[in-house]
Amino acid sequence: MSRFFVCAAVMMIVTYLVRAIPFTMFRRKVKNRFFRAFLYYVPYAVLTAMTLPAALYATESLLVAAAGLLTATLLAYRGRGLVVVSLSACGAAFVATLLLRLLP
Amino acid sequence: MTTKDTAEQSRRGEYREGLRHGFPIACGYFFVSFTFGILGASLGFRWWESTLISMTNLTSAGQIAGIKTIAAGGSVFELALSQFIINLRYSLMGISLSQNMSEDVSGPRRAFLGFGITDEIYGVAASRKVPVTTAYFLGLMTLPYFGWAFGTLFGAILGDILPKTVTEVMSLAIYGMFIAIVVPAAKESRRVLGVVAIAAAVSCLMYYVPVLKEVSVGFAIIVSAVAAAALGAWLFPPEDGGACRE
Repeated sequence: MSRFFVCAAVMMIVTYLVRAIPFTMFRRKVKNRFFRAFLYYVPYAVLTAMTLPAALYATESLLVAAAGLLTATLLAYRGRGLVVVSLSACGAAFVATLLLRLLP
Repeated sequence: MTTKDTAEQSRRGEYREGLRHGFPIACGYFFVSFTFGILGASLGFRWWESTLISMTNLTSAGQIAGIKTIAAGGSVFELALSQFIINLRYSLMGISLSQNMSEDVSGPRRAFLGFGITDEIYGVAASRKVPVTTAYFLGLMTLPYFGWAFGTLFGAILGDILPKTVTEVMSLAIYGMFIAIVVPAAKESRRVLGVVAIAAAVSCLMYYVPVLKEVSVGFAIIVSAVAAAALGAWLFPPEDGGACRE
């Protein structure tokens, strides 16, 4: 068997087990107050940590990324939905890219 | 109308709602995995190899590290260790998400659905205000899965036809989704805002400070998230005790 298939299988198995074992084993509701509070906060903490500061460097210029992210933040603050916020981030970043190209 | 019909209808409704919520994720994934396909091609992988990896892994950071390790001739142990560390956050997410799952989702179903835990799918499912059912989660993971697989396929085959500027800008869609989840929650609760501020601060430290910035991306996310969530739970626990969003 080629090295590629061995490597692909290792990637698949490790990634799957890391996901599925805790998800499948943890059936009971957690009682511990600290741990409950901790788990409640994890999603917001993870999403924030993945966005900042990495998202600022996702495009060719800090300004382009900032335009997209600020637009998204403003619209999300005003209660707009997932799709609108997400696509507006791209739209604003496109406009910012064009402006950067047009301006000297 | 029998009870069975009603249950069937509610399952369909749940599945459709999942599909709808998964759509923006699928769009974002298409472009991210498109760039993954391009990266794979540039590293010498065949189109079906990159696509196979996407179909069996469904994770961005882990796959990118994986193909780079394979291309560099790294050992199987190094490969396994990098996957474990980068994807360890999914363990945390799995435990967190299990608290938000409907009680009747059985073990075997969880073992199947667990494959679909990604940063974004988890983010949407865990912040859902009502318990997550099998049908909803299945709907939620459907479009992102195909978006991820087909994005890789097209990226790997077409190579670098779209200008880099376009794919980069489209990758902001994913961050826009994160913002759409975090900002309303932080607006509603000053406690969540506090956690978000700590997570942003620690994440920036891990990114900019010498020595700390040598830490891999996956591990940096774990450190930032655990520090912020633990500090938040210790300093300002949520009023209702947290964890249950029913």
